[in-house]
Amino acid sequence: MLERVLNGNKNYWAWLMVLMSIIGVAVVFYLYQLWFGLGVTGMSRDVSWGFYIAQFTFLVGVAASAVMLVLPYYLHHYKAFGKITVLGEFVAIAAVTMCLLFILADLGQPQRMLNVIFYATPHSMLFWDMIVLNGYLFLNVIVGWNALSAESKGVPPPKWIKPFIYLSIPWAVSIHTVTAFLYCGLPGRGFWLTAVLAPRFLASAFAAGPALLILLCLLLRKLTRFDAGKEAIQMLSKIATYAIIINVFFFFCEVFVACYSQIPEHMDHLKYLFFGLHGKGALVPFMWLSMILMFTGIFMLIIPKVRTNESTLAVACVAIFIGTWIDKGLGMISGGFVPNPLHHVNEYIPTIPEIMITIGIYAIGMLVLTVLYKMAISVKEEAAGLS
Amino acid sequence: MMENSRRSFLKIAGVAAAGLGLKPVTDVFASGGLQKQSSPIGDVSKGKDVLTAKRWAMVIDVKKMAHDGTAHKCIEACHKLHNVPKMTNKRHEIKWIWEEEFHHAFPGKHHEHIAEAIEHAPFLVLCNHCENPPCVRACPTKATFQREDGIVLMDFHRCIGCRFCMAACPYGSRSFNFRDPRPFIEETQENFPTRMKGVVEKCNFCAERLAVGKQPACVEVSGGALVFGDLDDENSDVRKVLKSDYVIRRKPGLGTGPQIYYKV
Repeated sequence: MLERVLNGNKNYWAWLMVLMSIIGVAVVFYLYQLWFGLGVTGMSRDVSWGFYIAQFTFLVGVAASAVMLVLPYYLHHYKAFGKITVLGEFVAIAAVTMCLLFILADLGQPQRMLNVIFYATPHSMLFWDMIVLNGYLFLNVIVGWNALSAESKGVPPPKWIKPFIYLSIPWAVSIHTVTAFLYCGLPGRGFWLTAVLAPRFLASAFAAGPALLILLCLLLRKLTRFDAGKEAIQMLSKIATYAIIINVFFFFCEVFVACYSQIPEHMDHLKYLFFGLHGKGALVPFMWLSMILMFTGIFMLIIPKVRTNESTLAVACVAIFIGTWIDKGLGMISGGFVPNPLHHVNEYIPTIPEIMITIGIYAIGMLVLTVLYKMAISVKEEAAGLS
Repeated sequence: MMENSRRSFLKIAGVAAAGLGLKPVTDVFASGGLQKQSSPIGDVSKGKDVLTAKRWAMVIDVKKMAHDGTAHKCIEACHKLHNVPKMTNKRHEIKWIWEEEFHHAFPGKHHEHIAEAIEHAPFLVLCNHCENPPCVRACPTKATFQREDGIVLMDFHRCIGCRFCMAACPYGSRSFNFRDPRPFIEETQENFPTRMKGVVEKCNFCAERLAVGKQPACVEVSGGALVFGDLDDENSDVRKVLKSDYVIRRKPGLGTGPQIYYKV
């Protein structure tokens, strides 16, 4: 099946070349980071996690959202999703790959990463995160590959992958829950110490993931002969609508708890994010932008006319994706670390090498996704041509 | 045919790798998980001068600490002895023990009419060597671990630099080597290891000095402002102070059980 990846037109190869050049540049920056140390980033003693871990947190959600296709199709036989479950699984593979790469990029001693396996520590949430992430990658590779392989041969998928498919459903929820548990069990970080963190992570994931899938399906319709179908796209948009509303509602709950109780320690992180604290407020414009984007997305998506029109739907999906990305990718990490446990305010701003390495890892994810989608679309176009 | 045998080879290789990776994990569960495993180098016998305890703790007498220069002496003694580098970029700062004002050391305890002596007194902050350390709970490799006598130590060779312990510490006691620290050490002490880039470090309660019968460096130069001893020993200096004087601890409500007590 993989050989289909090599039959592409000029644009396809040009796109791959662009991605590989970006990756090449990022590799150089990463070698610089390996040589110098993590000091090339904007992280500090106070904000000891930054862009890399933020991207990992966001992408874990995108990966988990494959379950939003698998669950309706395999558990409830929602036929319209049948064509695109593989696309969701391939997004999951690309996203989890990026998660693992971001974690690796963030390690101070990456050559020692196997220590997490050699000295397995079940009371550490990072141990379980390693297990669930790799397990989810394994599940999606097995299921996606075999389902696509069966489709390419014109036969139904083999019976033995059914248990893996059913397992992938709670496993998807688990990858994001465990990632949330990294944060919400730390006694010294009041911004993260909330029971609603895991549910909120899931809600924003189920908004960002389907939004991305919708955009990818619309793109595929433009670039190839593959059509996901209006019903599938509309159902995804309804899922994204409810999920983004729930995400914003959860956030509103957190704001209420902090600001009505008026406990200074709880309010301070929100104050820093939305109004600045002690004269430092680099994230303020981003947080408000995120709110505007998410609310715009909601107001667009709840109007059926806007949702069914695929151009306006695309705009709403972009708004939701960027809005949730800022929320998780920028706000959550800095918000937790600032102010620090001794109530000092030291800000975090990513540096150029850090941003370049981040873009490089996103490029690797896009490369994986492009290659997998090329394979999937070739198979589906052939299957459609045959029938 | 070539394709099939290559594919079967890869499948078997994948399963084998997964199986090999599974062994350490199943070992942990098979052994009961959290029970102690015997040391791979055999039992280490203790030196003859070693100071032992059931629970090491420290009392900081804030009023005595306010005497000119005491806090600075303690910090310098510790940082010099342990090859703590003086980084030029504040973001990369490494500190094992340092001075804070009351409202930073005890956020939440501050009010507008704090006694002047307290408001301007130097509060030394360091790792609290908690009874119930969240950093040990968080570490995925046990590079940060708690010893039987309560000291929370670091294995710089095992640390993968994930900095989860730094996120977990409610006191901000930990520092990370964002770059190679060695060029920034003023005078390298040969009898204590220097660290490499990419690992976390913090106060170690001078475990290497306790092993040869000495008090921690900061305690030795503090002129009595710092008292160190075994909480389990009724006759220790720390127990004497705790019996007679009221002390406070940082963020006690979190349940970490910090072992640095401040006599205000």
